[in-house]
Amino acid sequence: MGGTGSQPRTGQPGRLDWRLAEVVETRDETPSVRTLRFAVPGWPGHKPGQHVDVRLTAEDGYQAQRSYSIATAPESPGVELAVERLDDGEVSPYLAGEVRPGDKLELRGPIGGYFTWTAGDGGPLLLVAGGSGVAPLMAMIRYRAAAKSVVPTTLLYSSRSAEEIIFREELDRLAAADSALRVVHALTRNQPAGWTGYRRRIDAAMLTEVFGPAAPSAVAFVCGPTSLVEQVATDLLALGHSADRIKTERFGPTGT
Amino acid sequence: MGDNIVSRGFRGRRRPDADIAGRIPPGQYLTRDFPVLSAGPTPRPALDRWDFVVRGDVESPRRWTWDEFRALPSETITKDIHCVTKWSKLDTVWEGVSVDTLLDGLETSADYLIAHCDGGYTTNLPLEDVTGGKAWVAFGYDGDALEPEHGGPARLLVPHLYFWKSAKWVRGLELVGEDQPGFWESLGYNNYGDPWLEQRYAGD
Repeated sequence: MGGTGSQPRTGQPGRLDWRLAEVVETRDETPSVRTLRFAVPGWPGHKPGQHVDVRLTAEDGYQAQRSYSIATAPESPGVELAVERLDDGEVSPYLAGEVRPGDKLELRGPIGGYFTWTAGDGGPLLLVAGGSGVAPLMAMIRYRAAAKSVVPTTLLYSSRSAEEIIFREELDRLAAADSALRVVHALTRNQPAGWTGYRRRIDAAMLTEVFGPAAPSAVAFVCGPTSLVEQVATDLLALGHSADRIKTERFGPTGT
Repeated sequence: MGDNIVSRGFRGRRRPDADIAGRIPPGQYLTRDFPVLSAGPTPRPALDRWDFVVRGDVESPRRWTWDEFRALPSETITKDIHCVTKWSKLDTVWEGVSVDTLLDGLETSADYLIAHCDGGYTTNLPLEDVTGGKAWVAFGYDGDALEPEHGGPARLLVPHLYFWKSAKWVRGLELVGEDQPGFWESLGYNNYGDPWLEQRYAGD
């Protein structure tokens, strides 16, 4: 495996070429998630919600590719990915453990034109995240703030415990500064003393409480593990949201 | 860039045995799960209102109810599948009706088809890629009914192309003279999708 069988074709119009990306910053967000910020010369820009392919090459030429959602707004410099370390993974333990500033790897993108939101797409914006599925939704929230959009936006974010909430401080800060942005957490396994938020998995009753009645113009983005995405998308349909305004993306371990 | 960049300290997993490695296309990795990918909610059509149609450039359209479709000759298919999101899964076992059976005896000058699905999803394929024992409408997986999240009650199965061409929740085939990009093909993904040529995105 790996891409060694064919020469890379570069510079063709419309082709997404592999680009050299340098790690400029790493930050441990939670015990299992690290964000990596890359400088990518010639990056063509992206829409909030899009992803990139990452390609790693071992010394013997072996290559591995994976996809990661972009967490940064198009307006901010570089490309940031949030990588969750999967103990049995091949790529994530390297990206979330070994990699340090100055390292170089290859990226290509941006990829995906459906799970995206820009201010002209309207709202209200209903965002539902499970775990590291928050990454593409964070790109939308950061973009919305940078663009000074006033589209009413609510993030309902499910994590196992308070320590595992990714981007927590930044989300708190953005929500405190913007009356049209609401962030609601659900903690499914452990809750800190005095926790007043939800203490269970996201369900239909919670979606109704948090989002209120379905507005015809609302657009929903759901990203997380398959079980969460299936449940939430089905519940949103039952609550009256139309199928073509519920956009889904799945995250999570695939394979051993 | 032409030269490969070595990623400092990256070793990767132990390489699969040669017989397995030869079945994994470039840039793919082996999985034993069956990941779910879809752009929206999972449709759950009632079987008594489900039908399957062949229409477009045909003299007379064909239509089967669920019971009629299930009464068609079907076969067990064992194939490797390759998703554009990088996972490959070997020796998946399906039950389905060959597209050859659905198109048997049909007169058409069409060279392409568009698969239409519940939820509005479409994908385009050359006719020659779904005929001659290369494609099925599958209703069973691993000995059971195909689950809704994996495309049940029935999905297209075109295992020699990236798996987005194997459209979930398929309800009909429209035969057309001119190729027209489908859902993902209009959103930056490759029009054809050969995993062995790594045709993931437009321009690959």
